[in-house]
Amino acid sequence: MPDLLEVKGLTASYGATQVLFDIDFRLAQGEITAILGANGAGKTTTLRAICQAVKTGGNVMFDGQQLVGKSTESVVRLGVAQVPDGRGTFTALSVEDNLKLGAYVRKDRAGIAQDIEKAYTRFPRLKERRNQQAGTLSGGEQQMLAISRALMLRPRLLLLDEPSFGLAPLIVAEIFRIMRRINEEEKVSMLLVEQNANIALDVAHHAYLLETGRIAVSGPSAQIKNDETIRRVYLGY
Amino acid sequence: MEAFLHQVFAGIATGGIYASVALALVMIYQSTHHINFAQGEMAMFSTFIAWWLIQVGMPYWVAFFLTIAISFVGGLVIQRTILKPVEKAPVLTNVIVFIGLLVIFNSVAGWVFDHTIKPFPTPFPKGSFIESKYFSAHEIGTIVVMLCVLAVLFSFLRFTPVGLAMRAAAQNPESARLVGIRVSWMLGIGWGLAAAIGAVAGMMIAPIVFLEPNMFSGILLYGFAAALLGGIDNPWGAVIGGFIVGVLENILGAYVIGTELKLSVALVLIVVTLTLKPNGLFGKAVVTRV
Repeated sequence: MPDLLEVKGLTASYGATQVLFDIDFRLAQGEITAILGANGAGKTTTLRAICQAVKTGGNVMFDGQQLVGKSTESVVRLGVAQVPDGRGTFTALSVEDNLKLGAYVRKDRAGIAQDIEKAYTRFPRLKERRNQQAGTLSGGEQQMLAISRALMLRPRLLLLDEPSFGLAPLIVAEIFRIMRRINEEEKVSMLLVEQNANIALDVAHHAYLLETGRIAVSGPSAQIKNDETIRRVYLGY
Repeated sequence: MEAFLHQVFAGIATGGIYASVALALVMIYQSTHHINFAQGEMAMFSTFIAWWLIQVGMPYWVAFFLTIAISFVGGLVIQRTILKPVEKAPVLTNVIVFIGLLVIFNSVAGWVFDHTIKPFPTPFPKGSFIESKYFSAHEIGTIVVMLCVLAVLFSFLRFTPVGLAMRAAAQNPESARLVGIRVSWMLGIGWGLAAAIGAVAGMMIAPIVFLEPNMFSGILLYGFAAALLGGIDNPWGAVIGGFIVGVLENILGAYVIGTELKLSVALVLIVVTLTLKPNGLFGKAVVTRV
């Protein structure tokens, strides 16, 4: 499989503070790649760097196109959707308006309506609450909404920022099951950032371990999962 | 009693104008958290453009809609060229830019169109069929035009994809970028709409206060009062605030403090609102997590 995303020598900084140092990783078409690490390792920044929401240097090649230097909006228009940190819900708008916004750059009305129905089949709870203000949803429901909103773009690459954050284990399991299904059935490639290494390694094909802005270890998920030393030193379980 | 009702209805008519000025302020405040101090002068300038178009022989309604279009484009261009570079600058920088715009529009209007007071025509002349016992034709016309402006604006924001994107961008700009909305352009459209609304308000008030470069200095203050009273982040509140301010101003001016001190009503309202109910009647309380 060819690489959909190839990151080389990626750096990122907030003002004078550099957060990422020369990061290299790749994501093959159709795969799920996980980036693991502790708080403050630079996971969220890595996603923000890919969609150019932070000052970046180096190379981010998406399907042969250089993303560094583009605006966030232009990166999204190339087919890169994101489930952001904190879920990015438009709290005062209805659930359905949130979904419509996910398809903002698309012009095919029929396809959009179809995809909204698809989102409702995937997460029936969103359908029950379609006219409710999105801010009134529970954390799990907002996460479902965030994933559905991102999928409304019909993305080629989905960036997920800690989808398990702050959710009950049962809901986390449900969300990850659906993510895996979306990956298998609709061939959406995913870059998953997680603190919950256990569950992330279950769905991901490849994983990278980020430590204070540098890649410490990388390899196929199964290998990382079974490596006693890596688990003890980096993942802490 | 009849005289009193006359005052009330005249207040509702000017209230419609304050409502739209307040609405223009709220449009920009919602998305940028800035108060555009130049809003009034921009509206004044638009009114001068309308006056000039009518002078060169255009029929009133053609000039009316052409002025709205020119103002929209003007507002958009001002945002793209002058405000975009300071988008991320501190509030004070923006305030200085607004004051600069205010002075520039005021002086340019005086320079191009001179300072003599000019009469401005009303499309609703005395004796036309909409006149009634309590309302002059222009008052009724003003109210109808303002309600149309509100209806168009609300349907635009409520029912069109761009309107939805504008609301999203105002609420959560970062998230809006992540779905591909060009947030900065949404601000530009917001400025265009605000300028267009201001232009309508200017053309409606000009037959009453006459046209001159300082015509909006008082009106903008009433607009501020209306926006604050209704809640600076709530468009509906701004509209209701506008009508309240209009009626209050007229009644107090006629029966209590006299017309000379009318403007102080606005100042008193601003001070009272800010001290007793800083979020206004319909505004949301600002809650910050610490």
